Amino acid sequence: MLLTIRSLTKTFPGTRALDAVDFDLAAGEVHALLGENGAGKSTLIKCLTGAYRRDGGTITLDGATIDPQSTVEAQEQGIGTVYQEVNLLPNLTVAQNLMFGREPRRWGLVNSRALRAEARETLRPYGLDIDVDRDLGSYSVAIQQIVAIARAVALSGKVLILDEPTASLDAAEVRMVFDVVRGLRERGLGIVFVSHFLDQVFDLTDRVTVLRNGRKIVTERTAELDRVKLIEHMLGRALEHEVAGQAARTAAARPPLLEFRGFGRRGVVEPFDLTVGQGEVVGLAGLLGSGRTESAEMMFGVRPAQSGEASDAQSRLDLSSPRAAIAEGFGFVPEERKTDGIVAELSIRENIILGLQARRGWARPIPRSEQNRIADDYIKRLDIRTSGREKPIGELSGGNQQKAILARWLAMNPRFLILDEPTRGIDVGAHAEILRLIRELTQAGMSILLVSSEIDELVASADRVIVLRDRRHVAELDGPRVTGAEIMRAIAGGEVAA
Amino acid sequence: MNTRALPLYATVVIFLLAYLLCWLQFPNILSTRVIGNLLTDNAYLGIVAVGMTLVILSGGIDLSVGSVIAFSGVFIAVILRETPLHPLVVFALLLALTTAFGAAMGFLIDRLAMPAFIVTLAGMFLARGAAYMLSIDSVPIAHPFYKTLQSAYWLMPGKGRLTLIAVVMLLTVLAGMVVAHKTRFGASVYALGGGEATARLMGVRQGRTTMLVYAFSGLMAGLSGIVFSIYTGSGYSLATVGTELTAIAAVVIGGTLLTGGAGYMFGTLVGVLTMGLIQTYIVFDGTLSSWWTKIVIGVLLLVFILLQKGLLSLSQSRLAAGG
Repeated sequence: MLLTIRSLTKTFPGTRALDAVDFDLAAGEVHALLGENGAGKSTLIKCLTGAYRRDGGTITLDGATIDPQSTVEAQEQGIGTVYQEVNLLPNLTVAQNLMFGREPRRWGLVNSRALRAEARETLRPYGLDIDVDRDLGSYSVAIQQIVAIARAVALSGKVLILDEPTASLDAAEVRMVFDVVRGLRERGLGIVFVSHFLDQVFDLTDRVTVLRNGRKIVTERTAELDRVKLIEHMLGRALEHEVAGQAARTAAARPPLLEFRGFGRRGVVEPFDLTVGQGEVVGLAGLLGSGRTESAEMMFGVRPAQSGEASDAQSRLDLSSPRAAIAEGFGFVPEERKTDGIVAELSIRENIILGLQARRGWARPIPRSEQNRIADDYIKRLDIRTSGREKPIGELSGGNQQKAILARWLAMNPRFLILDEPTRGIDVGAHAEILRLIRELTQAGMSILLVSSEIDELVASADRVIVLRDRRHVAELDGPRVTGAEIMRAIAGGEVAA
Repeated sequence: MNTRALPLYATVVIFLLAYLLCWLQFPNILSTRVIGNLLTDNAYLGIVAVGMTLVILSGGIDLSVGSVIAFSGVFIAVILRETPLHPLVVFALLLALTTAFGAAMGFLIDRLAMPAFIVTLAGMFLARGAAYMLSIDSVPIAHPFYKTLQSAYWLMPGKGRLTLIAVVMLLTVLAGMVVAHKTRFGASVYALGGGEATARLMGVRQGRTTMLVYAFSGLMAGLSGIVFSIYTGSGYSLATVGTELTAIAAVVIGGTLLTGGAGYMFGTLVGVLTMGLIQTYIVFDGTLSSWWTKIVIGVLLLVFILLQKGLLSLSQSRLAAGG
């Protein structure tokens, strides 16, 4: 084995990010590392590249135990990394990027001619015929990625870690990068490949290791791996286990509220059609990076669609910005509550009133008595546990913060509310309450788009589930087909999709 | 061709056009006398702008330099008045002092992860205050060695004088070009300006580089102070107020991206000369009042900022189109 990891352990306050994980990498192998949010993939990689110090376990490279203290040291020992973005500097030339830190010098000064020559020499095995004197930023992301790989290999030369290298590439560019990776495999490098794109994993890799909640679940040869089994490993949920769906799941008979036609954005989500009924909960399912959140953000105008249109019964909708979407009666509770949702220093009242006030315009403040009434009303209705409405929202628990954010939108009475992972990081009690709230709202006629990584949550709440894979809407399940098994089969895709 | 170099070409073209326009109206402006004066009058600004260019390339800013120049003048004048030290010894002392001052600011910026703006703003008040402490009045420098320095020049064809301080300025620009474009340190500076996180991943020693950048700027400010004291023959604590901003303007007009990571040392020289040329034109005209200098500089700055913004969005849209 080129690289051997034994019982690697890493603990952060409150969580064990890696729990005695084993991992092997052979020379001339592409080994996929898979897992959902919080599985421990990035922690494992950071321990390997020296960004984190491990708490326990051993890492052996070429028979010698290593303990890199920094990415630079890991590189010197033979482990190079290429990330999705921020690998190289777009403001330097290709040659400067390739040779950075080891520029050929004469009399203490950088020798530009030798620099160019060595840079061209470094690029030669990759079949890239580009002008090394041009700024790196003037080339496409794929070429930048290949230059980054060339630099990493030139510096380290034993192990190459590719951390979602294809996330911002189109199909032709992915092929280009994969050809390079295959070439490196031929040359005997060990390659760790992290990706959310299952098709790419099956296309490129020799073996797959799945992590979940900081533990190694399985390592298997890719060729012998069943897709549905793989999804089960990743999500930690067996197909036999089923939760009860919506008691009365009525597939049809809802008047349509909104229609999206050919709605898409290049490189983010492929165009899709979607109809949302009055009082309906539409679920978006898929693995991390499948385009769930991106679809939701597109509908709310965070990253507006480049193609297609949205309309209601009367007219076309303007969803070019969040402000425009709000004017159309949309609401959006984002996934990152702490950074995109709450204003931690402001009180619960101020957080609840924020959206309402923004819509009214700042020149016409809502009277304080009115603010108090609205805040008290929602604190009571949503059962927000607090000592008072003037408490800074940052001091509340996650679940209560989430309820306050919901209150902000409910106060504006939207017709279509997008919830992105509304139950992430909140306790079990609050979890159930939020799901109950979703039901109540739809009974009152509101339509909801529920983005969730938890399949059970979707099965319990959604009338209809759209499944995404590799940035495409691949399946639409409704009525009795909204079951965990069906959703997982659709996520797995491949030969099982039928 | 790299779009990065476009602002430099724009700077050079604007300078040549401006010179052409001036020449059409006042043919004398092309004489070596005028050119010699242009270089001499702007020597201190050119030197301090070299330091500022490196700072801005690294993504920072140095607001202290104007005060440091004033402090340098007063320091030299007072020491020469109070002690029998030779000016060259005083120069060495001063350069060590201002370099250490810059290094200390760089250290704080890196260690405390404080914005350069705030740290160097504090440095600006500190240096100005120190100058006041040494003397509130203008202190004349009467040392005979200064007379030698002031009268040293090379005669150019056409009776123009290339003074010592003009030569020092041109050599400084040359040295700045070598440091920025021909050393690993220079590459690290560009890397930091392009993106700190990425630069660290690529192995840039951020702390050391930041400290050296501000030390270099301090050194240049000290040298500029020496040149300014030779130019005026005195040290005055109220001198060169706002010079740091003039230097920043020269750097930006010279085609350097204010957010860092892109630009050329040579452009800064052209930027300084462009600003000097405007002043020369106003002197030649004789009827215009001097605030026209500021208006023209303001317009030029705006033009360059818009130009860079335009280039940025141009290259981005070209990338998005798959170019």
